[in-house]
Amino acid sequence: MKVGRVAGTVVSTINTGFFDGRRLLLCDLLGSDGDPAGYTIAVDVVDAGVGDTVLILDEGNSARQIFELATGEIRAVVVGIVDEMVMDDADWDVV
Amino acid sequence: MQLGTVRGRVVATVKADGLEGVRFLIVQPLDRDRRPVGEPVVAADAVHMAGPGELVYFVSSREAAEAMPIRFVPVDHAIVGIVDEVHMPGEP
Repeated sequence: MKVGRVAGTVVSTINTGFFDGRRLLLCDLLGSDGDPAGYTIAVDVVDAGVGDTVLILDEGNSARQIFELATGEIRAVVVGIVDEMVMDDADWDVV
Repeated sequence: MQLGTVRGRVVATVKADGLEGVRFLIVQPLDRDRRPVGEPVVAADAVHMAGPGELVYFVSSREAAEAMPIRFVPVDHAIVGIVDEVHMPGEP
C-alpha cells in the first residue's frame, strides 16, 4: 500500500460503467520526505475528504476482492484514513 | 489511474486475436496539474466515446485488459472514463 493525500475529486459521467456511483479521488502520493511524489486516481471506500492522509491499495486482485468482483478494471482504492504515521529517522509529521 | 489527453488515433488492420473492433487512441499522460508528463501511450478506448483533445483517465497493465469486453486481450493501457471535472478545493 502507499500513503497519499487527497487533493481533489474527479467527476466522470461517461465511463466503462464500473465507476458509476463510485467516488474517485485524486491523491498525491507522499515520498519519504513527506512531499508529493506523483499521484494516482483511486476509488474511495472510506469516505475520505480533501486534505486527508490516506492509505492507498495499488493491486488489482485485492481491489476486486474489496468490491467482491471476479473481474473489473480497478486497481487503486483508498482503503484507510491515516491518523498518525511515525518514521523514526524523518523530521516531518504526516498528520 | 492517471489523467491523460487524447492526442490522436492509431489504425491497424492486422491485429492479434481479440483486438478486432477495438479503437486505439494516442494518449498523453498528464500530471495532477494537467501538464504533460512522459511519452504518449497507445490506449484502447474502453468507453467508445473518447475524442480528440478530451481529458480522460486510463488504467495500465492487467487492469487495462479487464476493461475490455474480452478479458484476455493484449491491451496494456485502456481509457476507462472521460473527465467532466477535477475538483481541487483551495487550488487555482
